[in-house]
Amino acid sequence: MSSKFTENAVPVSLPFTLSLVGLLVAAVSFVAGVSTASVFSEFLLTVVGGAVVAIGFAYALISVFGTARAAMVVSALLGAVAGAAIGRLGGALAGLLLGTAVARFIFWIHYREYRRPLAPYLTSEQVLWHYTFRFICGAIFVFLITPILVVMPLSFNAQDFFTFTPEMLRFEADGYSLKHYRDFFTNNEWQRSFKNSVIIAPIATVLSVSLGTLAAIGLSQSHVPGRRAIMAILISPMIVPLIISATGMFFFYSWIGNFLEGTLGLNKTFVGYVKVILAHAVLGIPFVIITVTATLVGFDRSLTRAAANMGADPVTTFFRVQMPLILPGVISGGLFAFITSFDEVVVVLFVGSASQKTLPWQMFTGLREQISPTILAVATILVVISIALLTTVELLRRRSERLRGLSPG
Amino acid sequence: MSDTSATGPVLAADGTPLKRSLARALRVQKTRALMLIAPLLVFVLISFIVPILNMLLRSVDNDIVADTLPLTVEAVAGWDASTGELPGEPVFAALAQDMIVAVAAKNHTKLGTRLNYEQTGLSSLFRKSGRAIKKWDAETVGPFKEQFLDLHDGWGRIEVWETIQTHSRRVTPGYFLNAVDMQLTPEGAQSQPENKQILIKLFWRTIWMSLMITTTCILLAYPVAYLLANLPMRKANVLMILVLLPFWTSLLVRTSAWKVMLQQQGVINDVLVWIGLVADDGRLVMINNQTGTIVAMTHILLPFMILPMYSVMQTIPQTYVRAAKSLGATNWTAFWRVYFPQSVPGIGAGSILVFILSIGYYITPEIVGGTKGVFISNRIAYHISSSLNWGLAAALGAILLVVVLGLYWCYDKIVGIDNVKLG
Repeated sequence: MSSKFTENAVPVSLPFTLSLVGLLVAAVSFVAGVSTASVFSEFLLTVVGGAVVAIGFAYALISVFGTARAAMVVSALLGAVAGAAIGRLGGALAGLLLGTAVARFIFWIHYREYRRPLAPYLTSEQVLWHYTFRFICGAIFVFLITPILVVMPLSFNAQDFFTFTPEMLRFEADGYSLKHYRDFFTNNEWQRSFKNSVIIAPIATVLSVSLGTLAAIGLSQSHVPGRRAIMAILISPMIVPLIISATGMFFFYSWIGNFLEGTLGLNKTFVGYVKVILAHAVLGIPFVIITVTATLVGFDRSLTRAAANMGADPVTTFFRVQMPLILPGVISGGLFAFITSFDEVVVVLFVGSASQKTLPWQMFTGLREQISPTILAVATILVVISIALLTTVELLRRRSERLRGLSPG
Repeated sequence: MSDTSATGPVLAADGTPLKRSLARALRVQKTRALMLIAPLLVFVLISFIVPILNMLLRSVDNDIVADTLPLTVEAVAGWDASTGELPGEPVFAALAQDMIVAVAAKNHTKLGTRLNYEQTGLSSLFRKSGRAIKKWDAETVGPFKEQFLDLHDGWGRIEVWETIQTHSRRVTPGYFLNAVDMQLTPEGAQSQPENKQILIKLFWRTIWMSLMITTTCILLAYPVAYLLANLPMRKANVLMILVLLPFWTSLLVRTSAWKVMLQQQGVINDVLVWIGLVADDGRLVMINNQTGTIVAMTHILLPFMILPMYSVMQTIPQTYVRAAKSLGATNWTAFWRVYFPQSVPGIGAGSILVFILSIGYYITPEIVGGTKGVFISNRIAYHISSSLNWGLAAALGAILLVVVLGLYWCYDKIVGIDNVKLG
């Protein structure tokens, strides 16, 4: 153990750090040089000059400062000043971050800090691969999350553009505004579609949760004839491509609609809502079935037997014993069903009429035809809603695992 | 005890034989389970399975010709096109009777549209003739052959009569033939003219692009799933949020985000121009083509690949790889011969899931795919809502459904539908 610590405290050789830094900067300026320089000498100057400056800076930091912290402060200040000269507040902020990162990186390399979290017996190649792998994974995570993060600041754009304006990049107050949000909250079209979504999704969810939970309890009994076939039928709305479901439902519900309006003489708008709600309820069912059956796997059957033994009738047993225990599964299934309906556009396009226009439908037409930045404001609101839902589901999952004793704490 | 077993069957407490008593208990249990499932099963069957089957029936359903022109169809059945002569007066008399009824019910334009799928020009033939026939009534007298030929030259063309004769059957393979770029002609099934062959190409493109998306998803998901499975629980849970957040975010939000990112005046192009990688007049075209569809759909479907892979990789003990290394395997051998084979079920599960989902996608290709990056689903939607060729849409849908159900069956065999995990 002691050898590991002494080894880590000793810096690598100065030429190693300097050449690594020089190579990295040369690589970056190579890319920049290829695309901007017009003649070869200019290109050479970019690459060599960049590398020399970087090596000099690294050498100065290492020889002047003994600890990473002091070097980071100075480097950050330098970066901020340089950045402010180029791009005011935005530039200063970028320079601050860049300066900190550069100093951190130089000391991280020079004092072999990269070795510290790893097992001491790893070879240099393994260490290199470890960090390359982390870098690749980081890039994939960036790919996953960037589109969602980019939408948020853009929704505060003061212009009707879908990209960052120079004012936004300089962090000027008049580059930002809430006008797209104002548009969303005052525009009739958006408000009506939002209202429709808020009406349709919860009712469809209640339908699929109540029927789905009952069926899941039935399916988890020990003797169910044709269990696989029943399961396949109940899961099928999730498997069949939406466009095919939508087409089938289009014919079916126009027939049902004619029947309800013509024969029973019901209100047209009301019938429209009924059609969309029933269609969405079917789409949500597989999610309820899957989550609730998964929860029931961990349910201890002797509890219901014990309850029956003490004189509880099946209904009491269900509501007082079984329901509280499987509730997390039921709720997360319900959330899945809710998000399915709240996010659904293909089926509602085919089954609904203009008075049932939901939020996704409105977004879809917006994206296809008159693309307006209000969509970005709506998108941001929806991302916030999905963060809330995700948190709820995650908390419920942990609670359910705790109740079943799968994980401690 | 020995006495009862010697004298007769074992009895339950109430005196019935135990065997029968147990059977009854089992029956009660089964009935109760089925009673719980029944409401949902009936609901799904009526409002989902039956409509889809009904829709699929439309792909072979061809009642319209026989229903609109019942007498003509009967009369023309005996006519032989190979003689090179037009059908005789009785056929035209039957046509007159049928058309008078059809025009009064305004059915003739629908029939024209239907037959126009098979032979261009028939729609206008029926519409124009209908306008004149409106003035006829039951008293109009023949000979009808001349009157029809005066109405429109179309009635004098052998091909028109051949088309009516060929498509008078109530069940037709015609739509399915159309769906694979063939057509039903009087001489049997033949391939469409070159310039009309687009559907087979579209099917191949759908499959090829779904494969591309699946492959990119595998390549991107594997490292992430590996990292998540091998990190300590606490760190993995934090990183998991980065996977689950896109999973929970609205599909349209992600699609619009990609539209914002990929446009020519969008974020990616702006960044590339700003750092100087791309000239301002040479902005990359990344949207309204296949690139746009593949990038956006890879992003949208990536969580569906990561999650099954992760749940499989979680169960692989790290000790196996360590044992392999201590026995002298190199890093690569230890991974490729020991770790990778154990992670294959995860890859299989994720791939089938992503492939099933991508092959039927509609929204994202519609928005970011332009004309070159659309899928077969977009064609189905077009035939349902714009061209109103519902039979062809149903046939395309049936083919797509068969492919998806086949894959679903594989998925059920490999993973088991009970083992699907969400979140």
